[in-house]
Amino acid sequence: MPHDHHDHLSPSGHPFREDNDVPLSYWQRMEIAVRELMIEKGHVTPEEIALQIDAMDARNPANGAAVVARAWTDQNFRVRLLEDASAASREMGFDIGPMRLIAVENTARVHNLIVCTLCSCYPRNLLGLPPDWYKTRAYRSRAVIEPRAVLREFGLDLPDDVQVRVHDSTADMRYIVLPARPEGTDGMEANALAKLVTRDSMIGTGLPRTP
Amino acid sequence: MRDPMTERVRVKTLMPPGHVRTPAYLRGKTGVVERVLGPFGNPEKLAYMLEADQQPLYRVRFTMREVWGDGAENPDDTLDAEIYAHWLERV
Repeated sequence: MPHDHHDHLSPSGHPFREDNDVPLSYWQRMEIAVRELMIEKGHVTPEEIALQIDAMDARNPANGAAVVARAWTDQNFRVRLLEDASAASREMGFDIGPMRLIAVENTARVHNLIVCTLCSCYPRNLLGLPPDWYKTRAYRSRAVIEPRAVLREFGLDLPDDVQVRVHDSTADMRYIVLPARPEGTDGMEANALAKLVTRDSMIGTGLPRTP
Repeated sequence: MRDPMTERVRVKTLMPPGHVRTPAYLRGKTGVVERVLGPFGNPEKLAYMLEADQQPLYRVRFTMREVWGDGAENPDDTLDAEIYAHWLERV
């Protein structure tokens, strides 16, 4: 599942995605119409739209990794993060907009996994855009039916004495996993620790790297 | 719903048309309130740009045994989901 995608290889070995030579959907036409009207009426400029897309693309898992590393090195921050992850993220200076974030903590006995079965809710304001597989029907259905089988495909074979807690983002909250701090990282500073925190470890489909 | 984690609730088995944010696989299932959130605007109204009532939102924890029955992959694993108050009834 981690490698599910729609890319193909051309005869010369280049990966490509098939051209989307299909008519625009209703909502694509609606988006173009509304956007052009707003530009025509002077509410926004094309430059502002491009800047906003840039701002969205600039968000990436490094933001979440910094939050996790801070929680590993600052006990008081960890408590605040688990209490109100939105406030804790803002405290670190991340502009997460109106996002309501909940952090769930992995321990020796508990492993958390995030999914959105209804669509593709994801803490974009902190982690950037979700990976393609996160949005697939396969992940969205299997993560709640057979999370352990899914995790094994991601290379994570959990023992029976670790409880799996799946979190389905069905409504207004978004989720981030606070992974357990890896062994062998005593004395490491937050900046170095953040490099061990992978995107998947904050979704729950992976663990942080070890140094 | 004063005491999270002791309050048992069942998801109503409604099947209304239109936009709802209560997954079908949880309807009729019983769980405990993990925490209380909200209130939030009712998405069933917001989706149609109607004036939305405010609904408390609950994080409800279900066991995989409850959700999937004997076929559960690991019966003691859990599933948490956010369910609006008007979809829940006390057990």
